[in-house]
Amino acid sequence: MSITRTDVEHVANLARLELSEQEKEQFEGQLNAILKYAEKLNELQTDDVEPTTHVLPVYNVMRDDAIRESVSNETALRNAPEDEDGQFKVPAVLE
Amino acid sequence: MALFDLRLQEVHNQLKKKELSVADLVDASYSRIAATDDSIKAFLTLNEEGARAAAADLDKALAEDGEQGLLFGLPAGIKDNIVTEGLLTTCASQFLRNYDPIYDATVTKKLKAAQSVTIGKLNMDEFAMGGSNENSSFYPTRNPWNTDYVPGGSSGGSAASVAAGQVYFALGSDTGGSIRQPAAYCGIVGLKPTYGLVSRFGLVAFASSLDQIGPLTKNVEDSAYVLQSIAGYDPNDSTSANVEIPDYVSALTGDVKGLRIGVPKEYLGQGIDPKVKEAVLAALKQFESLGATWEEVSLPHTEYAVATYYLLASSEASSNLARFDGVRYGVRADNPDNLLDLYRKSRSQGFGPEVKRRIMLGTYALSSGYYDAYYLKAQKVRTLIKQDFDNVFQNFDLIIGPTAPTTAFPIGEQVGDPLTMYLNDICTIPVSLAGVPAISVPCGFADGLPVGLQIIGKAFDERTVLRAAHAYEQHTEHHKQRPRL
Repeated sequence: MSITRTDVEHVANLARLELSEQEKEQFEGQLNAILKYAEKLNELQTDDVEPTTHVLPVYNVMRDDAIRESVSNETALRNAPEDEDGQFKVPAVLE
Repeated sequence: MALFDLRLQEVHNQLKKKELSVADLVDASYSRIAATDDSIKAFLTLNEEGARAAAADLDKALAEDGEQGLLFGLPAGIKDNIVTEGLLTTCASQFLRNYDPIYDATVTKKLKAAQSVTIGKLNMDEFAMGGSNENSSFYPTRNPWNTDYVPGGSSGGSAASVAAGQVYFALGSDTGGSIRQPAAYCGIVGLKPTYGLVSRFGLVAFASSLDQIGPLTKNVEDSAYVLQSIAGYDPNDSTSANVEIPDYVSALTGDVKGLRIGVPKEYLGQGIDPKVKEAVLAALKQFESLGATWEEVSLPHTEYAVATYYLLASSEASSNLARFDGVRYGVRADNPDNLLDLYRKSRSQGFGPEVKRRIMLGTYALSSGYYDAYYLKAQKVRTLIKQDFDNVFQNFDLIIGPTAPTTAFPIGEQVGDPLTMYLNDICTIPVSLAGVPAISVPCGFADGLPVGLQIIGKAFDERTVLRAAHAYEQHTEHHKQRPRL
C-alpha cells in the first residue's frame, strides 16, 4: 500500500489540518517511508493473537454518582480565546 | 554545584541544624540557572516569585515544627507537559504558548505535599514527540556535556537541567523512552515506572496507553525518594493501578547476590556503537563481581517494536490531540470563515511539523479501510512483544542492556529523517509496549559523552530495579562526573 497525494489530502481533512503544498509533498514521502517500514509487521502471523489495548487488567472503572465541587464558570473560561456571557464563543456553526 | 551534590539526608540535616535554609537552596538553583541556561536552554518558564514565596513558607514551617515532607525544600524542575496551576504549561508548543492551567496535575499536588519547591517548567519536544528536543517550538535544549549535541528527548530539558546542577531533581514523562534516553545522553538517572504506578491526571496526553511520569535525578537514592513521593492510586486517572505502594528507599540495600539477569542479544546486536557495548559489558562484569549472575536471552520480537510503537503511539496521539481546536484554550487563528475553518487554521498554525506528521500517520492508521492492516495489527504485535518479556521474567529477575544504541548525536544531524530518529529508541520502546519499569543509570563515557545502562524489571517490581541500580552505582564513579559548563 502506498499513500498518494489524494490520500494525504483526505487524511489532512479528517485530522482538521490545512497543509501547504510543500507540507503535502513532504508528508507524502515521509509517510510512505514510515508505512513501508511498518509493513515489516506483516512478516508475523497474528491470526490467533489477541490485541493488547492496555497492559493492565483494568476495565470500566466507575465512580459513585455523587455530587462534588467543580470549577467555577469564570475559572473554566480563563483560557478561552473568545467568550461571551459566560460561554465559549465560536463562529456560526450553521451558515 | 556542590550544594546539589549533597545527599538528600545531608541537605535535611543541614536544614534542621540551620546551617542551610530553603531560601539558600532556591537561590542556588536560580544562580546556577542564570550562569548556565544561556548555554543549555533547559527552561521554558521560571517560577521565581512563586518559588521564593514557597521557600519563605517552608523556612517558617521548619522553624515552627520539625515535621518535614519527604522532598522538603528541594528545588524541582517540572517537564512542561505536566500541568501546574497558575504557571504556564506549553508542552513546548505554539498552540499552548499562553496556556495557564486551572488545576494542578496529581504529581504536582504530590510534590507540593512532599514540600519540594517548583523552580520552573522544562523544555521538551513539542507534545513529547521526539528524541532530541529539537522539536521544541521555542528553542532546542543543548547537552551540558557538549552543547553542540542534543540532550535527548523528549524530557531533554529535565535531563539537561539535572545534569547541569540547576535543580535537585526533575520530573519527566516517558512514552517510548522519553525519560530514559535523555537521562542516558546527559549522564544522569532516569526512571520510567510501571505503567499505572504514577497518576497521569494532569499530564497532557500523548499516547495514553504508554505515557508514564517519572523522576530524573543525579543518583538512584534520589530516584527512590521522588518515586515514593509521586506513586500511588488516583481516582482521577482510571488507568491508575490500585496497588499498595512499597517502601522504595529501604530497597537500597547494596546487595544483589543471587540476582538473575537476562541480557537480550537483540539489544547488543546490529546498530550498537561498540563503545556503548563495551560499557554495558563492563557493567555486567561489575554485577557479576557483586554476586549476581547473567546470561544471554532473547526478546525475539524486538525488531518489530519500533514499527508497532509508531503506529500505536501516533494513533493514540491523533485522537488525544483532537481536543486542540482553538475553542476552549490555546491559540485561535484570526478571521476564520466558519467553525471548520477555525479548527483547521488554529491547528495548522499551532502545531509543528513532527506533531502534524504523527497526527497524519495516526489518522491514516485509524481510518476506514486501514484500521485492521495497521492499528489492529500493531496491537496484536504488542501482545507478542509483551509475551517476550513475560517469558524471560519467568527465569530472570531483571533484564539489562543499553538504554540507547549510541551516545548523543550532534544537533541537526537527524532532522528531516524521522525514521532514523525513531530507531534511536529501539532499546526503550519494547519496554514501554510491555508496560514494565526500567531505569537508566550512567555506566561510562564514549568520546566524552555519557553512556546509559538500562535495568528493566517485572511489573510493579521497582524495588528490585532500584536495588540493582543502586548497588551498581555504589561501586562506580560514573554518576559523580559533572559536565564543565
